[in-house]
Amino acid sequence: MKKQKIDISNLQPLIALILMAVAMTMMSDHFATKDNLFNVARQISVNICISVGMTMVILTGGIDLSVGSILAFTGAVAAGLFKNGLEIEGMNLFVGTTLFGAICIALVVGVFLGWFNGLMITKFKVPPFVATLAMLTIARGLTMLYTKGFPITQLGGQFNYIGTGWFLGMPMPVWISIVVISVSVFFMNKTRTGRYIYAIGGNERAAILSGIKVNKVKLFVYMIAGALAGIGGLLVTARLDSAQPNAGMGYELDSIAAVVIGGTSLSGGKGSIIGTVIGAGIIGVLNNGLVLLNVSPFWQQVIKGLVILLAVIIDKIQKEK
Amino acid sequence: MKASATDKAIIEARKITKQFPGVLALNNVDLRVYAGKVNAVVGENGAGKSTLMNILSGVYTEYDGELLLDGQKIKFKDTTDARNVGISIIHQELQLVPQLSIAENIFLGREPLTKMRTIDRQKMEEESRVLLSKLELDADVNGKISSLRIGQQQIVEIAKALSFDVRVLIMDEPTSALSESETTTLFKLIESLKRDGVAIVYITHKMNELTQLADFVTVLRDGCSVHESAVKNIPVDDVVKLMVGRDIQDFFVKQPHVKGDVRLKIENMSMKKSGKSGKYLLKNISFDVHASEVLGIYGLMGAGRTELFEAILGLHPTRTSGTVCIDQKSIKISSPDVAIKAGIAFIPEDRKHDGLVLNMAIAHNISLASMDKILKNGLLSANLEQKQAEMYREKLKIKSTSSSQSVAKLSGGNQQKVVVSKWLATDPKILFLDEPTRGIDVNAKNEIYKIIDDLAVEGIAIVIVSSELPEIMAISDRIITLCEGRYSGEFARAEFTEEKILHAALPQ
Ligand SMILES: Nc1ncnc2c1ncn2[C@@H]1O[C@H](COP(=O)(O)OP(=O)(O)OP(=O)(O)O)[C@@H](O)[C@H]1O
Ligand SMILES: [Mg+2]
Repeated sequence: MKKQKIDISNLQPLIALILMAVAMTMMSDHFATKDNLFNVARQISVNICISVGMTMVILTGGIDLSVGSILAFTGAVAAGLFKNGLEIEGMNLFVGTTLFGAICIALVVGVFLGWFNGLMITKFKVPPFVATLAMLTIARGLTMLYTKGFPITQLGGQFNYIGTGWFLGMPMPVWISIVVISVSVFFMNKTRTGRYIYAIGGNERAAILSGIKVNKVKLFVYMIAGALAGIGGLLVTARLDSAQPNAGMGYELDSIAAVVIGGTSLSGGKGSIIGTVIGAGIIGVLNNGLVLLNVSPFWQQVIKGLVILLAVIIDKIQKEK
Repeated sequence: MKASATDKAIIEARKITKQFPGVLALNNVDLRVYAGKVNAVVGENGAGKSTLMNILSGVYTEYDGELLLDGQKIKFKDTTDARNVGISIIHQELQLVPQLSIAENIFLGREPLTKMRTIDRQKMEEESRVLLSKLELDADVNGKISSLRIGQQQIVEIAKALSFDVRVLIMDEPTSALSESETTTLFKLIESLKRDGVAIVYITHKMNELTQLADFVTVLRDGCSVHESAVKNIPVDDVVKLMVGRDIQDFFVKQPHVKGDVRLKIENMSMKKSGKSGKYLLKNISFDVHASEVLGIYGLMGAGRTELFEAILGLHPTRTSGTVCIDQKSIKISSPDVAIKAGIAFIPEDRKHDGLVLNMAIAHNISLASMDKILKNGLLSANLEQKQAEMYREKLKIKSTSSSQSVAKLSGGNQQKVVVSKWLATDPKILFLDEPTRGIDVNAKNEIYKIIDDLAVEGIAIVIVSSELPEIMAISDRIITLCEGRYSGEFARAEFTEEKILHAALPQ
């Protein structure tokens, strides 16, 4: 009785994930090897970081389309600062930046862009779809301006380690996503703000009347989404050893897909971080499996779309019962 | 006239059984409904009344047992199917689309068309106007539903049900949000429907409506039908006894309250209508409430009762003026969280929109406005939260499978009990209640009166709005009346009479 009950709606995507993994194991010798599984885990770690933030945003009844662009911009800022330091033209000011400093500044940039999203949504009542769509192009534009359209490459081993290194027998990105998951699951289940996020998405008016500072919570959630997109940006940049100006394009879609497959309702109030992680896992296993099975990339896209539809339909049928 | 065995029921339910996960909502229930008769269905909260109606009207299609229409077996595929044979339902929880207009809601999904196949707005509005005037609702048919009070929305819902060709009209607690005069209008309408041969199923928790309105009564208890007869053959007290399954001795008797200091003082509270009309919804209202006092606020629909609460709570800070003092200290309430911090709790009238997060668990709803109480080292304690929920579940007899059940799965009355629990859990200094017993059964009502009474004895200041005069007279120490947004009278308990209070509440 004391233990928190496991939400049954989480179980369904998990079963799907297990079935897929079993099927893949039978179809490909390579799938269930340690190397490949770590490979999958590393690949999905970026999507997991973004999707955790996306889950919180969607739980409040919002959406964040700007995560891919914010990811690119923060990645570029981190790479640029690390490699070239902070140079302010016209003032003859040059500050070298350590890796840690570069990372911190990049994350602050992510938080700031998320804050801007939240401000538009709470203060100026711009619908989340529109506000974050605008940020999608704004942050992409900023990335282009900052990089002048060219990748920032050859960042060096230290930076690279975040994306490709190993620590205690596991790839760094996997460690990072585990930390992100643990902290956010704890946050959602154990803190007031976590509970308020559900309440706001479930019934905003009742939340206001319960004394919840709805705008503050929303602002916070978009800031978190920005920060997590920032972490995603660091991971992508570190893995490629370069910040690409068009990194993260379309990532918002994979992220929304993970959230939806994981059973979170797009109208808010219902869902979980764990569900999303499983959703990201399903997409990851699917991507990996289709490659292993030599399915053409064009078909891969078609199949991915169909899986998303299937997941949502099964979820609907289940709920109507 | 008594229905003999030869009278044919229009619709008949036979041995209906409905199982929800963990709950047997209906167990072998029979029901017969006759042309031109009103069949009342009564029972405690969660007895299965709404579930039965949902089966009769095609909302639930999976159940055991059978339905007979004019003696022929029938199975509805959906609500449209049921409507096509003349079965129309007014649900307990309103089902209107808030963003659409009254007329659009009434004709939703079957808009009249012009020759050009576009929507015939004129016809739609015309017919809506006729329906509304029949129900004596004075509202613009092009006005949005969201701008209406819940009672007015209820009337639109009734208008909608009547706009179909009805043979069987099901009404699930239609008067729970209506004022007295609206109820009278509705009853007149029901009489005329009866004359037209419409069969009516009528669910209510107000026992006086039984004798006023019903020809037959069916009593449900825990999903079983325990009694069925003509109303005149059974005294109301026995009906209540059958509902509860035992004698209820402890009817509510108010305790004396020793009035304390002034807790809350409102001065010159005014609130403008939204938009540019410059009209006032509230004008210069002043009153105070003392510790250990129950102040009743009575007024007709539109008198500004709910608006007064909303104004005090800081829901419309830009349109509100006036001062609020709590314990002699002036306080500026710009939003509900300030009010809650200052010790005010507010049990709203509209549980679905203002009170509950429907897909959240009972326990989570109860703790939502008082999260501090379930924190341990700054973190939520599932244990404390559960304990609190269990306490209220027991105290208010919230019928549910567990405290982690989602509120959406509860019957209407039990949802209301969750809202009440949520606000009691905030340990308020000042408690506002807006129609707190809406949809709550006789027995649980007494339970809530007792809780309010005890809270007053403990020193809490209580302000209660109710459109049921007997209710407000039973529990209040003092009553003030509002009329068209203005203060219109005040009565000490010794002076309470229905006539005087009603007179003060009526526009002069
Ligand atoms: N969708 C559902 N899922 C699970 N249980 C349900 C559902 N709907 C109703 N129930 C349960 O079935 C029982 C009967 O509910 P119902 O709504 O019919 O009660 P009621 O007699 O209308 O009560 P009230 O007077 O409070 O409106 C209750 O115990 C309720 O919790
Ligand atoms: Mg009901």
